[in-house]
Amino acid sequence: MSLMSQTRSVIAMNVRSIPQRLWMSLATVVSIALVVAVLLGFLSLANGFNQTLKGSGAPDVAIVLREGSEAELNSTLSREQVDLLGRGPGVKIGADGRPIVSGELLMVVDGIKKSSRTKANMPLRGVGANGLLVRKQAKISQGRMFSPGSNEIVVGAGLLREFEGFELGKSVRFGAQTWRVVGVFEAPGTVFESELWADAPVVQSLFKRGTSFQTARVVLTSPTALPAFVAYAKSEPRLQLSAQSELDYYAAQAERSGLLIRYFGWPLGIIMAIGALAGALNTMYASVSSRAAEIATLRVIGFSGFSAFMGTMVEALVLSAIGALLGVTICAIGFNGLSASTLGAGFTQVAFRVQIGPEIIGQAVTLALIIGLVGGIFPGWRAARQKPLLALAA
Amino acid sequence: MSALIQLNNVTKNYRRGKEGIAIFDGLTMSIEKGDFVAIMGPSGSGKTTLLNLLGGTDRCDGGQIIFDGERIDGYSEGQLAAWRARSVGFIFQFYNLMPVLTAAQNVELPLMLTKLPAKKRRDNVATALKIVELSDRAKHKPKELSGGQQQRVAIARAIVSDPKLLLCDEPTGDLDRNTANDILRTLQQLNRELGKTIIMVTHDPEAARFANRTLHLDKGSFAEVTA
Ligand SMILES: Nc1ncnc2c1ncn2[C@@H]1O[C@H](COP(=O)(O)OP(=O)(O)O)[C@@H](O)[C@H]1O
Ligand SMILES: [Mg+2]
Repeated sequence: MSLMSQTRSVIAMNVRSIPQRLWMSLATVVSIALVVAVLLGFLSLANGFNQTLKGSGAPDVAIVLREGSEAELNSTLSREQVDLLGRGPGVKIGADGRPIVSGELLMVVDGIKKSSRTKANMPLRGVGANGLLVRKQAKISQGRMFSPGSNEIVVGAGLLREFEGFELGKSVRFGAQTWRVVGVFEAPGTVFESELWADAPVVQSLFKRGTSFQTARVVLTSPTALPAFVAYAKSEPRLQLSAQSELDYYAAQAERSGLLIRYFGWPLGIIMAIGALAGALNTMYASVSSRAAEIATLRVIGFSGFSAFMGTMVEALVLSAIGALLGVTICAIGFNGLSASTLGAGFTQVAFRVQIGPEIIGQAVTLALIIGLVGGIFPGWRAARQKPLLALAA
Repeated sequence: MSALIQLNNVTKNYRRGKEGIAIFDGLTMSIEKGDFVAIMGPSGSGKTTLLNLLGGTDRCDGGQIIFDGERIDGYSEGQLAAWRARSVGFIFQFYNLMPVLTAAQNVELPLMLTKLPAKKRRDNVATALKIVELSDRAKHKPKELSGGQQQRVAIARAIVSDPKLLLCDEPTGDLDRNTANDILRTLQQLNRELGKTIIMVTHDPEAARFANRTLHLDKGSFAEVTA
């Protein structure tokens, strides 16, 4: 007995009979495609966002926050502490003979989004002269850096794309102050591209922060210098601060945003998948009952219950695979590479590109195939148990 | 002549709710090799049930069923399926062809259960279609064929693996007189020229006349009627 050849023939018959149940089968394909597209949409958003966050951190830059602060916005450091950090172990010395430390503050200001013409938050970062030195990825691409003590700002290329009125040479108002855009900087694939930078002392006085900062970024001689520096920041009595590598800091932020997507995207995907599964089961049970006489006839002739099971199973998998393909295509054409922005840490906008990757395609396709598998097993079981009675075959 | 099929004291009950109904209670019969037997009887007398037992598509509750010297009543499901594929061709009232397959592909189905190479399968299909005089319709789908032609395809499917026994459940029940007679003549020819043993259930006395003998089934036992 050739199990292979009989199973192959039954599978071929099942698949070729799909057009007889065209509308039902199409509905199943479309519902599976929607599940895949929605899930893939969420996952690729998360993916793009995570890539941007992860790309923002360097392993040899320490970011220092107040003990207990998780994000830059709710941290605070004094000017003295920032100076003291520069005297820590393993801190890199710049061309000017001074440690490369950048005391920074992050403020939230309003801007108008080009896409929706609505107000949205933008991060305004006060940085010192070392602002570019602590970020190797960042460089001025148009105009120049702001000059110290002036009301000049430079804008990230991502923010320039998303918000109105930040073209080079334009003036913008935040609060009582008017600022002039003197430069555009690029920091590809990082959150910094979605920021505005101005001179830290000017930001301090405008936002009435005295001489205090929120964070400090410290360039170390190498990533291996980190543990000693972390210990210093923690144990030095005048500091008692929490330091970590910038890489770890953004990885943790990515982790948190990943949780958000997991708690939203996956449940939505799974609820939709359950709906699609109900449809798939319905379609496959209909397939089995519309083919009851055919299945019984094949069983009478001597075909095995296994071949009847496999025919139904593979039909379900074919439908789900077509659905998966359609879903991936919709997502790839519709979203991939699209630039999006979302709330980053501290409710400011972070611009990033939606990224479909093999890993998340794998996840969405797996979900589709699980729908096909479960949608095929039970109807397939019914097909396999179809009795080979002549009366049924008639 | 020796018996191709021997039924010894066969019992068969169906359950309906709590009560069992006895269809056969100690049925003993024998069919000779090369015979062409018509089985007649009122509706519900157990004709289809008998074909199911003879063809190994259902099990008896007691007694013995012996095919060509071999007891088949103790076979497992898998053994029965393999035995059916080897030894029995089935012909149904409503032809039961696979609508997505061509005539030739329908006829080829039983050969999918064998190890025959594709070339040999094609040869056997061509031979079977030639016997039923449908060689020119090999590539047609069932819905492009008349009822009589569909039944011919079904007959070709039943004989393609050269089984000893053909079981027909009202093979002409859905056909007009002339077409029915054509089909019956074909069956007669298969019996006379190829030596197939044929058991045919029918309602139609005229159809029964094509057989060598007619058994009348009533209340679970037989009375032979000589035509
Ligand atoms: N699968 C079954 N379950 C229960 N009763 C059945 C089943 N098949 C047939 N019967 C009953 O057995 C009797 C004989 O049926 P059947 O062999 O189909 O008769 P016939 O073919 O002579 O009309 C009928 O009363 C029928 O209702
Ligand atoms: Mg009947």
